[in-house]
Amino acid sequence: MAEQTAKRPVSVPLMADLAARGESPEILFWVGCAGAFDDRYKRVTRAFVRILEHVGVSYAVLGMEESCTGDPAKRAGNEFLFQMQAMTNIATLNGYGIKKVVTACPHCFNTIKNEYPALGGEFEVIHHSTFLQQLINEGKVTAKGGESFKGRRITFHDSCYLGRANNIYEAPREVLEVLDADLLEMKRCKTNGLCCGAGGAQMWKEPEPGKKDVNIERTEEALATLDGDADVLLNLQGVESTAPVLPAGSNRGGSVIAVACPFCMTMMADGVKNKEREQDVQVFDLAELIASAEGLNA
Amino acid sequence: MHFSIQNILFLLVAVAGFGLFAWQARKIRANILVGRDRDMSGHVNERLWKTLLVAFGQQKMFKRLTPAFLHLIVYVGFIVINIEVIEIMVDGLFGTHRFLQFLGPLYSALTGTNEVLGALVVLAVVVFWWRRNVGVVRRFTGPELRAWPKLDANVILYVEVVLMVALFTMNAADLKLHQLEGKDLPGAFPVSSLLTGLFPDNLTALAVLERVGWWAHIVGILLFLNYLPSSKHFHIIMAFPNVFYSRLVPQGQFSNVESITHEVKAMMDPSYQVPAPATNPDGSAAAPTPFGAKDVDDLAWTNLLSAYSCTECGRCTSVCPANLTGKLLSPRKIIMDTRDRVEEKYNSPLIFHPSLYGPEAKHNPQEQLDKENHTLLRGYVTPEELWACTTCNACVEACPVNINPLESIVEMRRFLVLEESAAPNSLNVMFSNIENNGAPWAFSPSDRFNWADDLFVAEK
Ligand code: SF4
Ligand code: SF4
Repeated sequence: MAEQTAKRPVSVPLMADLAARGESPEILFWVGCAGAFDDRYKRVTRAFVRILEHVGVSYAVLGMEESCTGDPAKRAGNEFLFQMQAMTNIATLNGYGIKKVVTACPHCFNTIKNEYPALGGEFEVIHHSTFLQQLINEGKVTAKGGESFKGRRITFHDSCYLGRANNIYEAPREVLEVLDADLLEMKRCKTNGLCCGAGGAQMWKEPEPGKKDVNIERTEEALATLDGDADVLLNLQGVESTAPVLPAGSNRGGSVIAVACPFCMTMMADGVKNKEREQDVQVFDLAELIASAEGLNA
Repeated sequence: MHFSIQNILFLLVAVAGFGLFAWQARKIRANILVGRDRDMSGHVNERLWKTLLVAFGQQKMFKRLTPAFLHLIVYVGFIVINIEVIEIMVDGLFGTHRFLQFLGPLYSALTGTNEVLGALVVLAVVVFWWRRNVGVVRRFTGPELRAWPKLDANVILYVEVVLMVALFTMNAADLKLHQLEGKDLPGAFPVSSLLTGLFPDNLTALAVLERVGWWAHIVGILLFLNYLPSSKHFHIIMAFPNVFYSRLVPQGQFSNVESITHEVKAMMDPSYQVPAPATNPDGSAAAPTPFGAKDVDDLAWTNLLSAYSCTECGRCTSVCPANLTGKLLSPRKIIMDTRDRVEEKYNSPLIFHPSLYGPEAKHNPQEQLDKENHTLLRGYVTPEELWACTTCNACVEACPVNINPLESIVEMRRFLVLEESAAPNSLNVMFSNIENNGAPWAFSPSDRFNWADDLFVAEK
């Protein structure tokens, strides 16, 4: 059980302030537009900062000096706008002599890691799933002392820009494994994962006419997995799970669709709402799950 | 060794067969080279390794076990049977008979394996035919697989059966001929020896049947060779260079358009020296290359190479989230359109011309196009298809020969946005938000740090 806890106010360090004092942080936390403005994803940003504070790593954010990486412009074909954004951001980051960037957004991650170098921005870029995995491996995060996930079902939705785009499949799964939950794998996962439907600038437009929205298709698959009526249920070790079939709604408050991307978060949460399953299925980011399990929410 | 009219005839047939193939290959090479230049030099070892795994080793086929297994039989059968073709060529040119028999036990192993694989190929072909035509596999349907692609897929199956029947006719007749003459035929014939009962006891008839089988086999192979360039089966050759030249960077990494880099740098720093524009060989200024791709010649040559490697298997389309949910986009169609368009606009060296089978069915009937607009974009691929893509890379991951449909999609989006300003309106709103607020949503940049207000962390 959690011991007596105290609340400590966090004042998030700004890069400009640190630089003025002649300090340089170990990592720059790149918040991203969704992390800064999307009401739901702001909670993820705050959860991640709690973890950073808890483990005592030296970090800073750019605050108002951060600007969109240009990812949605680039995927939509607006290369000009993308490069304007990229070069502005690169100038800011290079101006502070930043070496290591951590971000919770796979789109920011992919763009800064893969597309900025050719434009003069060479950084070590880490997605927060990999960062959390490292903290767990180092024993700095144990996911004990907070909320327990024992007996609850979690399925992980791979983000295309983390998985196929950058081959990160194991880190998020290893993070979930410390939660001591029943982890279930969807039929389409890892390299075969199904997009949430928001990438490639789809987030900002209506889908083209079709039979169904992509996020509904994906949510149906996630729900089938959590309810135990998918074709095969595998746990993350690839072993067949014995999880019983659960009628919709009977898993009240317990099941989680875990995501590691702000767009996936929006799409899956909309899907769950569309299926009227908000009562028993919640969508959480890895950082939120870890912050809860570690008992950091105040 | 005894020369005869047969040898001369064979020489003529062989020269005609290979000559025609060389002629077709040259035209296709020219078609591929109309694409934009892209430097693919270097990383030779890495590329060879990839070719070994993906093209020779069929690595990506094994994502789906049943077709992988069937394909493997046909693939290995094809390679081993081609060793026999060497023998046939030598026999045909020099009037030898079963020239490779000097290999002794190795020859028996070779012919034996050949026969077993030949029989397995026939079995595999039957299963393939059933999967394709009885409608058990959804990816073999779809609007882009109309008349010609559908016929093409079956033609090869029929040809394979004919080639195998010719092979077994040749072997069984030869075997029985030797038996009746009380002689030993070098080699091992586990399948043909079961078939000899079906053959006549007449020596002349057997000799004729052996020749008919021999000629049918080699002429069939030469016809097949010349059919390839008209067909998706060209992949048996093109898969190798295509995999060799496939991307080595992370799938999420899109190219940065270099000419735009210069422009943006010049905007941000007035002292930046933009490199001089390209000139034609005669010194005049070259026409500026458009941003993105409107037609096939705006794509990279590697994209055109890919179009010739596509097996039309539809694995890309079958995993595409847009296609799965009923949108118009099909990555396979984009690749097939590219090949059709390059042959329409440039060389059409084909013997079995696909247009005889009506590829027009694929064109978009809603858009009446003048000659100017009859390009890959709009003439074949509509903006609606392009805008449905989530850039998820599922198609890229799925393609067994490492084709990247996403590259072409992004290039055409670039043309729509940068040359035509024809993005959907909501995307234009997103663009102006980024430009004005530094975020794709209409939030004020001054609120960017608000998330940090009233933040607490629990401490023990
Ligand atoms: S990248 Fe585009 S075309 Fe390819 S599978 Fe994803 S949505 Fe479909
Ligand atoms: S692009 Fe690749 S996956 Fe798609 S149909 Fe062609 S060969 Fe198959």
